Amino acid sequence: MAPEPRFHALLHSIEATEAGLESAGYIANRQTATAVYLAHHLRKPILVEGPAGVGKTELAKSAAAWLGLPLVRMQCYEGLDESKALYEWKYGKQLLYTQILKDRLGAELGEEPGLDAALERLHGFGDLFFSERFLEPRPLLRALREPEGAVLLIDEVDKADQEFEAFLLELLSDYQVSVPEIGTVRAAVPPLVVLTSNSTRDLGDALKRRCLHLHIGLPDAKLEGRILAARVPGIEAGLRRQVVRFVQELRGLDLRKLPSVSETLDWARTVVLLHARELDGELVRATLNVLLKFEADIETAEARLGDLLRASQQEAERRPAAR
Amino acid sequence: MTLPLLEFVRAARSAGLRVSPAETIDAARAVEVVGLADRGRLRDTLSLVLAKTADEKARFETCFDRFFSREGFGAAAPPPPPDARPAGAEPPPGDGPGEGLGGGGLAAMLRDGDRAGLASAMEEAAAEAGLSDIAVFTQVNLFTRRVLERMGLEALEREIARLDGTPQGDALRRQRDWLRAQVRSFAQQNLRLFADGDAERQRERRLAATRLSAIDRRDRERMRVLVRAMARRLAVQYGRKRWRSRRGQLDARRTIRRNMGWGGLPFLPVWKRRRVEKPRLVVLCDVSGSVAAVAEFLLLFLHSLNEALSGLRSFAFSGDLAEVSAILQGQPIERAIPAIMDLVGFGSSNYGNSLAAFEAGWMPVLDRRTTVIILGDGRGNRTDPRADVLARMADRCKQVIWLNPEVRTVWGTGDSDMLRYAPHCRVAATCATLGQLERIVAGLLRDGGG
Repeated sequence: MAPEPRFHALLHSIEATEAGLESAGYIANRQTATAVYLAHHLRKPILVEGPAGVGKTELAKSAAAWLGLPLVRMQCYEGLDESKALYEWKYGKQLLYTQILKDRLGAELGEEPGLDAALERLHGFGDLFFSERFLEPRPLLRALREPEGAVLLIDEVDKADQEFEAFLLELLSDYQVSVPEIGTVRAAVPPLVVLTSNSTRDLGDALKRRCLHLHIGLPDAKLEGRILAARVPGIEAGLRRQVVRFVQELRGLDLRKLPSVSETLDWARTVVLLHARELDGELVRATLNVLLKFEADIETAEARLGDLLRASQQEAERRPAAR
Repeated sequence: MTLPLLEFVRAARSAGLRVSPAETIDAARAVEVVGLADRGRLRDTLSLVLAKTADEKARFETCFDRFFSREGFGAAAPPPPPDARPAGAEPPPGDGPGEGLGGGGLAAMLRDGDRAGLASAMEEAAAEAGLSDIAVFTQVNLFTRRVLERMGLEALEREIARLDGTPQGDALRRQRDWLRAQVRSFAQQNLRLFADGDAERQRERRLAATRLSAIDRRDRERMRVLVRAMARRLAVQYGRKRWRSRRGQLDARRTIRRNMGWGGLPFLPVWKRRRVEKPRLVVLCDVSGSVAAVAEFLLLFLHSLNEALSGLRSFAFSGDLAEVSAILQGQPIERAIPAIMDLVGFGSSNYGNSLAAFEAGWMPVLDRRTTVIILGDGRGNRTDPRADVLARMADRCKQVIWLNPEVRTVWGTGDSDMLRYAPHCRVAATCATLGQLERIVAGLLRDGGG
């Protein structure tokens, strides 16, 4: 059994994980913290699914920041293959070196009496041009070779082809990959792997089976308020409650794309930047395009603006009185 | 922990989660790491390991709550009736303390109102009796009796018989009845937990193989759900842009671009590839009495495919033909079908007339990328079949697929013109059950309509 990595001590309980992620600015619910905790202790990757902008990618970034590990990120896309994900030979350098060494090689081999002997000699040089020196590591190999461990983020794995998904299986279950010319590369410290998916297609069962499956949905008002407080420090409590309530109400409407956490944050930052003290119709109308990305959605929301604002203002008045 | 965990995995499978043995092992390891003390935490943990889609998460949660609220006696259940012996009354004469109170441990526990003891005895007896194998509701009584027997019912009955007529005997009898009710409800909970999902899946399998025209009215709603789920699965699978590579044909332009990095030496050849096109469909449905039921499901299926199709226009006919795409897009199928029926239904089929109407009104809709699907039994009530129109349609479009709810052996019998139409169709197939319908549509999507 390999010695426990340096960050092992940080992950001693689920509560510690939750607090740790919070210290890195990521407000996790208990399930998310449990996932990170288990991912480390069971040595399993986490597959995070959920709507866009709920903080799937952010989870990996915050975990890396908290644990003090390098973040190795690999963005998936259609047509992604081994040479872009795992390793590539530096062909140019290889060509250049053969050109330069041509004379030396010729001289070396020229001394040999026959063709067979020359070939034997050439073998003796070993895998001269297929050695570490000419190997260009890509994200996956880099993550495996980090001496202290790493957080490996495989972003939007659903965008990659099915073949690539199959290729990932060896890496995800054993934390090793095979490079034909060199052999098997095994991670000294297994990286913490986070895969994210927007469910544009169903991932294969084999991949899912190897992962812990975490579904992050849109947060409830309480959690969203905490996220806002952590991420937009300049916002006053009253305004924050208004913003959260407004967005929560907005999600109740029949919209094509519901605003998610990242949009809430952007909007809160916008509102703070405009030195607003509370939400009013004019302000909201002017900044609604930060929250909603479709023309039809903006129209729907504008039609209901009065109700939405009333609800959020009540929220702001009610809370302090209740205390 | 292992045994309850295995039981839970079985319950989860029955609830429709696909849990592999490897995941069961993972679950056991995860439980070891987090411990059992906190139920909320256990739930989070198992949900991470066992449930792998949003849908499975929801099922998992119901199943988890059911499983762990099942144990013991429900909080709402009344405690065993207190001993009927009036306070201060002497024990029956002749009975020394502990002497007459026989009937084994079960009777003692009932007398003491030891609910925890009873609950664990029941769990134990249930495990021995194999209660988790319960499969159908008729077994509830059987399993209730088996569990009670293993808990020591016999001794209890003897004790009740011995004390017959005394207040203790009455009390004990009441307690026995209460216990029986408890065990019975326990067995029912187990039935829900372990057998519900299986029964549901069996029903779905049966429905998929039933003739669409013979589907019961009360199964209709379930069928619609099933059709939508099938369509959704196919749409997810085929909704993306797909390429099929033609190995062996070099794509010179992309090869040069790809190998620019090492001076144009072609280390990595790039092959030509062909885009698999999403099918563009024109559907003609016979909605006369004999085929109407099938038409409903075909239209529902195709309209649920949305993103996997690049175009869909629907027409309905019986005596005459009309376009119904707008009706189908505007409202749910439950209301669309009656509207379509009002428009064209309830006439006797006239295929020749309807095909001619299509040629006159919509022939330009067909181009070399459209697939025409015709659903009908080809029985035109001895009217002119106008197979020549179908031939012209087949010339214009990519292919004609004819779906006939009748089995092949009766094609061409009586007033059926099917054999006259069949030569112009690339595929003429029997389509009477949902299973057959799915196969045909899946094939269509896979090959991109040819």
